[in-house]
This record gives sequence, C-alpha cells and structure tokens, in this order.
Amino acid sequence: MTPTDLEALASDNGLERVGARPPLRAYIVQTWRRRDFASTLARYRLQAAMSENRLGMGWVVLRPILNAILFGTIFGVIMPSDTRPDNFVAFLVVGVFIFEYFTKTMSGGANSIVGSKSLVRSLSFPRILLPIAIVIRQFVELIPMLLVMMVILLVVGEPIQWSWLMLVPVMMLMTLFNLGIALITARLTVHVRDLSQIIPLVSRVVFYTSGIFFDLERVLADRQELLTLARLNPVHDFIALVRGYMVTGNPIEPFMWWIAIGAAVVTSSFGLVFFWKGEERYGRD
Amino acid sequence: MTEGSATRTGHPTVVVDDLHIKYKTFASGKAASGTRALLQRQRGIRVVHAVKGMTFVAHEGESIGVIGHNGSGKSSLMRAIAGLQSPASGSVFASSQPALLGVNAALLGDLSGSKNVILGSLALGNSRAQADAVYQDIVDFSGLEEFIDLPMKTYSSGMAARLRFSIAVSRDHQILLVDEALAVGDKEFRAKSEARIRELREQAGTVFLVSHSMRSILDTCSRVLWIDHGNLKMDGDPQEVVDAYQASKN
Repeated sequence: MTPTDLEALASDNGLERVGARPPLRAYIVQTWRRRDFASTLARYRLQAAMSENRLGMGWVVLRPILNAILFGTIFGVIMPSDTRPDNFVAFLVVGVFIFEYFTKTMSGGANSIVGSKSLVRSLSFPRILLPIAIVIRQFVELIPMLLVMMVILLVVGEPIQWSWLMLVPVMMLMTLFNLGIALITARLTVHVRDLSQIIPLVSRVVFYTSGIFFDLERVLADRQELLTLARLNPVHDFIALVRGYMVTGNPIEPFMWWIAIGAAVVTSSFGLVFFWKGEERYGRD
Repeated sequence: MTEGSATRTGHPTVVVDDLHIKYKTFASGKAASGTRALLQRQRGIRVVHAVKGMTFVAHEGESIGVIGHNGSGKSSLMRAIAGLQSPASGSVFASSQPALLGVNAALLGDLSGSKNVILGSLALGNSRAQADAVYQDIVDFSGLEEFIDLPMKTYSSGMAARLRFSIAVSRDHQILLVDEALAVGDKEFRAKSEARIRELREQAGTVFLVSHSMRSILDTCSRVLWIDHGNLKMDGDPQEVVDAYQASKN
C-alpha cells in the first residue's frame, strides 16, 4: 500500500486528520460549547490563589491600594506641584486600578498556555479556553477593585453622579481589548519562551506612557507629535475615559471613544485569528 | 501486514500514514560541545527522530497492544494519534477524536481531586450539568473518595493515574489510547479498568494499550504492534509477536 492509497482509504471511510486546526467558525462553536470549562477553571484558580494567602480576596484590592500609596508618595514629593494633575489622589487611584486590570491580564495571558503544560498535553480541547479563563478571572477580580475605587473617590470628595454608569461600557470595551492582548501574548510565549522575561518590561513601558500619575495632555502640551502618539495608546484612552466620567476636571474628547472602540474591535479580532492560526502548535514542543 | 488489514472485519478507525516524529531538544554536555558560541542560534540543539515512518490501519472492535523497549517511540506514537504531537511528516487520520490516558501526574496540581474531576469532565466536552451528574461515578470508579478534597499534587503517581483514568473513561470514546495507565493501579483497580476497556471495545471502539506487562497485553489485546527504535518491527497475532519480542531480548 502506498501512502496515497491510505489517504484514499481514510477519506473513503470518513476519517479526518487528527490534531488538524478546525475552520474558524467550527473553532468558535467548539469553544462556545465548552464555555463552562473556562468559567469553572477561572473560578477554581481564583479560589486556589485566594486560599493560599491569609488575606485571601483582600489582596485583590490591597495590592493596587498599596501601589497607589507608593506612587502617590513618591511622585507627590518628586513632582513639582504645578505639573501635578488636579484631584491628584482620585486621578492616581483611577490610573493605578485600571492599569492593574490591563497588566494582570497581559501577564496572565502570556502564561496561560506555557503554564498549563500538563493539562494541554493530556486533554484535547480548544486551547483558546485557557487565555479566556484568564480574562474571566481578571474580570471577576476587577469588580471588587472597582467598588473599592468608588469608595476611595467618594472619600476624597468626588461627587457620585449618573455618569459613573459609563464605567460599564468602558470596562466592556477594555475587557475585549485585554482579551485580544491575552490571546496575542499567549501564542507569542509559546513560540518564543524568552518573551515572558520581557513582559514585565513591556508592562512598565505601558505604565509610564499611559499617564498613570501625571497628566499626559499637560506634560506633552508643547510636544504635539508625542502627544498624538500617546493618545493612540488604548490603555491611556481607557483610563482617560474612566477619569472623564468619574473625576472632575478631566474632559472627555471624542477621539478617546474612537480609539477605545477601535482598539477593542481590532485587537480582539486580530488576537482571535492569530491565536487560532497557532492551534496546532500548543503544547507540542 | 497489508493483506491482513484489508481482510479484517470492521471499518478502519485509525489510519497512520508514514508517520515521522522528531523532537528538537537542547542537549548539554558532549552532544552540545561542537558549537559553543553564546549568541549562535540553534545552540546545542539536537534532533531526536522518535518515530521513523510508521504505517498501519486500525479497525473497529480491535484492541491493539503496543510493545517495545523504553524510548522506542511508543508514547510518541500515542501522542501523535491523540493529536497532541504534530508529526514531522506523514499524518494520522481518525474517525473521531481519540482520547489519551497517560501517566503524567496531575492535570492541575494546585486544585483538589474533585475540582480536577469536574474540569477534566468539562474539557472532555460535558456540560456543567452532565459533569455534575457523572461526578459521583468517576469518584466511585477511582476509589479515591477519602482523598478527593486534597490538592492533586499531593497524590501519589498511582492515585493520580487512577483519577485520570476514571475521568477519561467516564465518557464513551470511540478510540481510546491507554499509555501504561493500567500498570500503576493495584490489583483490584486493574481488574476494574480492564473490564471497562473491554466494555468500550464492545461498543465498536478501538483501544490501543501500551504496556510492559506481557500478561495484560495477552489478556486484553487482539493484535500487537512491536515497535523498535521508531520502526514498526512486527504487527500481528498477540502470542506470535510477544514470543518474538521476548525471544529478541534474550
């Protein structure tokens, strides 16, 4: 029997090539059917992580609060008060909390495939469920963070307003964007393991270019080309939108919405296709 | 061999067509010492040719034993049939997604046995309600009720293998690949799992069984493949192949 005869035998009997990447539509259907797996995995991982620390869920909010205190103290002292944004505490807290959502999803996504080797090697399921589980988990952690953020805003004297409800659509868009980032980093670290060493650096760069503790509009006021570049950074725009709706003295400009929507749609669809194209590679090195 | 497979009863379920598997690994020591420059790409990379052109056809209702010495390529072959290892060339065709049972320790070591049962069951394609429904059966089959709330990383390799086996056979698979999973259980569990494998085979399934125990191969298999250094050395009646294999070792 020559190899071609075997191929014919296989197709005559309706056999399909094992491990072949299904078409995108079928892939999405398979993923949707196993959505329970992703949500259950996210919940179990969260519970396991929480039970390891004494403060449990407390760390989810305590970490960004400590970060905010650290940055607030350091930059409150170093930066001359005229470059400091108005309502500095509210400004900083929103920046640090929203950024935390981005950076944790990115690093979680980068680790989602390479960190679940034994699972990937023993069961076959659409691998995209692993980065999705990361995003679900981070989204669940985001909710108490946002509540604490609101409490802090009230404490420092921000008035509670109807516009705070705009947090919901902004966070939905940011979740889509983060999903795209998680899918991209999940595949990249499979190809180039060294990237996981660079992820913290990337996250640091995004941190400083997103205007967490300074007002980009003010600092870059006389460097128009740099300002345009900074405005194109979606993380900056998500943070700027939240500030615009929740912290007084931060105007919202239409370009922020356009970039937020554009980044959410483009990043998540590119991430989906990019991740799906690599499906045959995961866990096989 | 080719004539035999044409006359066998049952439809083909697995077709392995000139399969080659290669691993790229970072070798150290002697193997790596020719190229030592730090920034040179492919530093010390060695290609291991684990499976060198294997071809065979498996049919409905067959239970196929796979034997050979350690490192002969048995596990690589199983992983390729399950679609967990991509071939360097050639291909594997199957009538449905084969399920592989290996001896790798935990699925998710940080989580308890019960959570692994639920997750494993969901990953196999069950809905949450189905997973809850089969949960007790899986735990009962594994016989690990009293340890089920402990993290899976604390399990012995035998316990982990039992749990994984129980999860995998909770669903009917048309094609089941068992990689030495039976060797780790105790006598009672072994009997239970052999019975379950026979049951799956009777439901028109195909079962591959990798084992170093010639007794369990002869007990459960209707055909045996002997793999030697990545090549298919012999394929046929269990007694004949096992005899030839044992003769070669002496």
